[in-house]
Amino acid sequence: MSFINYSAREINCKIVYYGPGLCGKTTNLQYIYKKTNPEQKGKLISLATETERTLFFDFLPLALGDIKGFRVRFHLYTVPGQVFYAASRKLILKGVDGVVFVADSQVERLEANIESMEDLRINLSEQGYDLEKLPFVIQYNKRDLPNVVPVEELNKLLNPNGVPYFEAVATQGVGVFETLKGIAKLVLLELKKNY
Amino acid sequence: MTTATNLIMYEDEFRRIEEELQRLYQQSNAKLVFLVDKNGQLIAIAGETHNVDTTSLASLTAGNIAATGGMARLLGEKEFSLIYNEGERDNIHISLVGQRVILVVVFDQRSSLGLVRLRVKKSSEILAKIFEEIHQKAESAKKEGKIEESPFAEITDEDIDKLFR
Repeated sequence: MSFINYSAREINCKIVYYGPGLCGKTTNLQYIYKKTNPEQKGKLISLATETERTLFFDFLPLALGDIKGFRVRFHLYTVPGQVFYAASRKLILKGVDGVVFVADSQVERLEANIESMEDLRINLSEQGYDLEKLPFVIQYNKRDLPNVVPVEELNKLLNPNGVPYFEAVATQGVGVFETLKGIAKLVLLELKKNY
Repeated sequence: MTTATNLIMYEDEFRRIEEELQRLYQQSNAKLVFLVDKNGQLIAIAGETHNVDTTSLASLTAGNIAATGGMARLLGEKEFSLIYNEGERDNIHISLVGQRVILVVVFDQRSSLGLVRLRVKKSSEILAKIFEEIHQKAESAKKEGKIEESPFAEITDEDIDKLFR
């Protein structure tokens, strides 16, 4: 649910990074935060445990520029990935305009990815959304590790509908902005369609 | 499905909302008064905004309301419509307006919880009415198919690429 303010000439969109625990959702936001000009970003808020696991959400407001005289702001959120935070995870999806699914490419996390994707689908439908109709991209993260599943296989398992996907090494920033741009584009095109 | 819930604010309603917040700010002797939608987007604000990260405040407020709402449902309540946090210096009064938006009042010893509650109640009724009008306006515009000329209908790939340069 984007918020369009004709008076302030602003448009606000909410993007949620979803995925299994330790897949790199927070790392994506940290990299974006690090590489954005100070005037374009707000504070990066992390509600995390003492061991730096996301407890509720991370939040990063970004103002990338203007489109047709409207200031475009993206509010980036991550969900807590760990299974037992299911209740909080659901809440973050409220009013989402676009979803990035961050998959952990390692073989041993394949099952966790599939579970998390299913969890996403269920949580969205509880909020009245359909993943097939929502702006949605997938990021295959940790491509630098030795034990990764080939992209074709990940696509077969996680991306049956062929949404845009991006290979990434979030710790080094590889693919991070490509992913953000990918989802931003879909969200803005959706706006175009609806108005 | 998403179109039905998008919040679109036009000049007239926005001005009325700002006026009401300004009035609440003054009558309740508050430091800061703001409105947030349930998804964490700041709608309008009045008061001492310098040195305050309003965007983050808005997002955390919505998170707070969402978490409280989640707790309510687990206990079989529909919603807890009010959250109050007391600090050493500042206090925060958070309440729901017409199930749609969140009204936040930050105040210190210059005011009191009683005064804030009283004024919030009055303002909530007025604000709820304005949001009801916004909602109806959007609905009827949609029904009659006369959605106002959109600035986004003409978005090009180039516009989007420019954002990332």
